[in-house]
Amino acid sequence: MAFYETVFIARQDLSATQVEALAASLTDIITQGQGDVAKTEFCGLRTLAYSIKKNRKGHYVLFNINAPSAAVKEMERQMRLNEDILRFLTLKLDKLDSNPSPLMQSKQSRDRRYESFDMGDRFDSMDLEETEEGAKE
Amino acid sequence: MSEVPSTRKPFFRRRKTCPFSGPDGIQIDYKDVKLLQKFTTERGKIIPSRITAVSQKKQRELAHAIKRARFLALMPYVLD
Repeated sequence: MAFYETVFIARQDLSATQVEALAASLTDIITQGQGDVAKTEFCGLRTLAYSIKKNRKGHYVLFNINAPSAAVKEMERQMRLNEDILRFLTLKLDKLDSNPSPLMQSKQSRDRRYESFDMGDRFDSMDLEETEEGAKE
Repeated sequence: MSEVPSTRKPFFRRRKTCPFSGPDGIQIDYKDVKLLQKFTTERGKIIPSRITAVSQKKQRELAHAIKRARFLALMPYVLD
């Protein structure tokens, strides 16, 4: 048994219930292979950064899986066959994260996380510091 | 540097540190698009670590995360 994380993108014309049915069928494959899906996240319809197979949008679904590799392999094979799945990515993890993924988190809570760290600020400050120093004198 | 006017202090640039290193460093996650976007240009290129001061080890991790995000269409390969 190992920990895996799978994200897949379903076609945009599918309804939310169809996506859930699709996720359920994939979960079945895992459970049949003596595995367990620890978490399923429906990240909703997101705009893709570039179009895939003429789709501008896609339903993102994330699985946290604790299963033997054979079960994951079978799930991946089914995903490849399924025309409704545009793309998927499976990663092996050291441990599963039960917190909601950044894909799910609301905008506000994420902003707070990076309040102390803002890259844009860092770049601007290079020039700003210079002018401010000069002004002070 | 005698040409520098005496009214101006010698320019001192605060030394930047890697935001991901250390015990309270930020976790790099390919799903965290908002974070990753801070390390790409407006054209979508990965910003070199000599500008962002990310450590070598973390820069590799970061580049990998950005490439994963690109594969999943969370981030663009090119933007114009």
